Amino acid sequence: MSMLSNRQSTPTGLRKVLYFHWPLAILLVAVCSAGFLMLFSVAGGKFSTWAEPQVMRFGIGFVAMIIIGFTPINVWRNMSIPAYVIGIGLLVFVEYFGATGKGAQRWIDLGFMKLQPSEMMKIALVMIVAMYYDWLDEDRVSKPLWLLPPIVLTALPVALVLNQPDLGTAILLAGGAGVIMLLAGVSLWYFGAAIGAIGGVVWAVIASKGTEFQILKDYQYRRIETFLDPSSDPLGSGYHITQSKIALGSGGFSGRGYMEGTQSRLNFLPEKHTDFIFTTLAEEFGFMGGITLLILYILIIFCCYVTAMQNRNRFAALLTLGVAATFFFYFSVNMLMVMGLAPVVGVPLPLVSYGGSAMLVLLGAFGLVQSAHIHRPR
Amino acid sequence: MSKSQKTRLGRRALLLGGVQLGLAGVLGWRMHQLGVKQGDQFRLLAEENRINIRLQPPARGLIYDRNGNALALNRQAYTIEMVREQANDPAAVLQRLAQLIPLSPAQIDDVLNEMNRRRAFVPVTVATGLEWEHIAAVSANAPALPGVTPRLGLNRQYPVGADFAHIVGYVGPVSDYDLKKTDDKDPLLLIPRFQIGKNGVEAKIEKPLRGKAGLKRIEVNSVGRVMRELDGQASAPGVNLQLTIGPELQRTAMERMQGESSAAVVMDVNNGDILALASAPTFDPNKFVNGISVADWRALNENEYRPLANKTVQGLYPPGSTFKMVVALAALSLGVANEHEDVYCPGHKDINGRKFHCWRRGGHGNVNLREALRYSCDVYFYEMALRVGIENITKTARALGLGQKPDLPLPAVRTGLMPTKQWKLEKKKEDWFIGDTANAGIGQGFVLASPLQLATMTARLASGNQIEPRLLNMFDNKLSPVKGVGPLEFKKSHLDMVRAGMYDVSNHQRGTAYRSRLRDGAQMAGKTGTSQVRFITKAERERGVTKNEDLPWNRRDHALFVGYAPFDNPRYAISVIVEHGGGGSKAAAPIAKDIMQKALDLGKNEYGPLPSQKRSQVKPIKGTRT
Repeated sequence: MSMLSNRQSTPTGLRKVLYFHWPLAILLVAVCSAGFLMLFSVAGGKFSTWAEPQVMRFGIGFVAMIIIGFTPINVWRNMSIPAYVIGIGLLVFVEYFGATGKGAQRWIDLGFMKLQPSEMMKIALVMIVAMYYDWLDEDRVSKPLWLLPPIVLTALPVALVLNQPDLGTAILLAGGAGVIMLLAGVSLWYFGAAIGAIGGVVWAVIASKGTEFQILKDYQYRRIETFLDPSSDPLGSGYHITQSKIALGSGGFSGRGYMEGTQSRLNFLPEKHTDFIFTTLAEEFGFMGGITLLILYILIIFCCYVTAMQNRNRFAALLTLGVAATFFFYFSVNMLMVMGLAPVVGVPLPLVSYGGSAMLVLLGAFGLVQSAHIHRPR
Repeated sequence: MSKSQKTRLGRRALLLGGVQLGLAGVLGWRMHQLGVKQGDQFRLLAEENRINIRLQPPARGLIYDRNGNALALNRQAYTIEMVREQANDPAAVLQRLAQLIPLSPAQIDDVLNEMNRRRAFVPVTVATGLEWEHIAAVSANAPALPGVTPRLGLNRQYPVGADFAHIVGYVGPVSDYDLKKTDDKDPLLLIPRFQIGKNGVEAKIEKPLRGKAGLKRIEVNSVGRVMRELDGQASAPGVNLQLTIGPELQRTAMERMQGESSAAVVMDVNNGDILALASAPTFDPNKFVNGISVADWRALNENEYRPLANKTVQGLYPPGSTFKMVVALAALSLGVANEHEDVYCPGHKDINGRKFHCWRRGGHGNVNLREALRYSCDVYFYEMALRVGIENITKTARALGLGQKPDLPLPAVRTGLMPTKQWKLEKKKEDWFIGDTANAGIGQGFVLASPLQLATMTARLASGNQIEPRLLNMFDNKLSPVKGVGPLEFKKSHLDMVRAGMYDVSNHQRGTAYRSRLRDGAQMAGKTGTSQVRFITKAERERGVTKNEDLPWNRRDHALFVGYAPFDNPRYAISVIVEHGGGGSKAAAPIAKDIMQKALDLGKNEYGPLPSQKRSQVKPIKGTRT
């Protein structure tokens, strides 16, 4: 009987196209297009350097999103554990066989693209934690013992990622899992305690500097120091933040014009096609360009909230909001970083920065959101 | 999902959304703060980032002689530069280059060090001042010399070379030492191997000659590589100078003094124009332009004849008997001497129990003022010096330009020394002795003067005017003024008495310079001088004074001569000193005679045409004969 009612309310076959969350898809296309535009610009007007591969990955990612979206959400719920296990396996694999870039072991070279297991893990973690709280009895949510599984599930990939070392991804992983725990209803006291504990860890990190128990790498300390006072080392590690703020600010209200950004064109910007691409956007399109992108991002988050609130499937709702939260962490950490409000931790601007893994994983994640939307109980 | 779960999820989602919206607000606020509030400030920083200002070196001002011939000019010269990143193996490329252009192993090491200090794409100067043949060879072998590029620049050149080296001086690459001692903030000085004046007029008028740097604004990328040129401001060339030196007379003097360590100055007695300022031996200023080699420098520096010193203004000598005119004029002015009074010269004078000898052992017998000058009798001037006193001698000497620093655009111009009692007390911590005055009376002892000062003195005696030496005729195409030609505070009759004595020196059969009289009826008035550089002891005197020729060179007497001609209508004053040359009449007077003869033969003393554009502005100077 339930099968029958399901069939009445849930679209099947190509009819699913009609139930696709099109506003969300269009917003994603808009953001990605902004990315193509900026990648074309920072390459000095060359399409083939960065924009072309990015467009191709977007194409693959967009198709993947549709396929994932058309697949029933329960299938994905059942995929949570395998995805997590595979993710952990790959993280362990890169630990030993991964290619090293910028001092961090991050990817597996698949030939046609470089796979970053840590990107995959962001979604796999959200899935498994969402599944856990979907499964867990309501009255056990805030029981300390039942808090342990999600914490262990989170701590494992976080530890592996920190070991790479990749502080940015670690923050995003912990943030994504934490948000689902919050939404699932874990007592706010725990969060208070967690924030206190993080404060303690930060203190320990700073206090351990220079001792033999030093927790972070030297370069990470330098980044924190330069974040606190970029002018202390304007040609060393403070260079990135200083130049990035100059680029952002020099755009003014309406920008210097497309392809007219001197900071990026003359290579003053570090990582101009990846983590710092937002600075070029703000330099060339100004405050208006920056705020427009921010509004697009917020609208994407908003779409996720709306569909999640309408969804009576707890896994689907938690997953949707988890993906939205991860997406929010992505762009907010990146923007805080390039605007000099957070240390440089190496988080790309989602869907805009050059990079295959993040693009595919994010579009895949929004495919899950689409799946949750299409297959929501009616 | 249960009802309560859904409610809780909604509440929590609202909380999270609120926090996220707040954070998004922070992001928007920050964008506004950076882009709108501080936008202008950051725009400026971005411009500073991308725009570099590159200096355009100006063309150095040219230096001309009296006749308008160039003494210092800029010649197009080739420089070879090398870019490290383009030369795969810089050391090997330099080795190959050394077969084509003059390049020592030491220079190669310098270049390699310089290249390693700078970024890989920065061109480093390998060699400067190269000839076209070198460039042709390098160009022909270009495929074997990656990263090597010839560049056209300006190099200073001194076409007349050594004869004007002490006056014009030379330029050389700016050194760390130069930068340390100067407070000049001109950014041109920071250009590697930029040429600045190191000696002579080149050094003394350095800033006007240098000109003003032009600027070129260029856009650079983050590592400083030039992307394109934006705009700029042309450089302003340095000012051109014309000296008062007459080239032929200068060359005559230099040629005549060859082989001696000596100095000669010829001055126009009417306006102070220095027509010749010759110091021998000399050197080739062109060797300094691109940095002198250690061996050359050592050879010049260790030479006993001191070729690098401009002895005309830097050399100080006891004027010896050439000082006697000063004493005579002082005595006449004070009224303690007249032209008729005879002083008996027995060959020496006893002062406070010490014997002061006349150069002539047997003495001159009775001599009056004119004879005393003619024969250069020492005893007469011992007597006069004692009558006048040191203070009045010094006063008269200063009126004649001695003991005063000549105002000339030359480095290390010396003041000389005209002593006073006060001076001796302060410097030597000793009282003034009467013997010191006697010594000063014959231009010995503490009295010191430069050849230029002696020429000035002679010009003043000849003209009766306050002649000041003048070396610069035109500065930046404008005439520089003739200074102080007002009459001296001496009676014409007194001056005439001194002049008569000087006339006899060259024209009386028994005058000390009679053998060096002029040809063709021209008459010179002069005075010889021989100044001791050693103290003759009593024992030595009794043994018989060693002849000059038997002494080592550096202990022989200095030979001096001052004079002017023609006697009845003076035009040129001259002073000559031959260091350790022996007697003035034997060593200095013949040189002076030849130079003076040449000056008279050349006759006209006007300025030649200038090769500069604004010739029309130039008017003849007052006092210049045409």
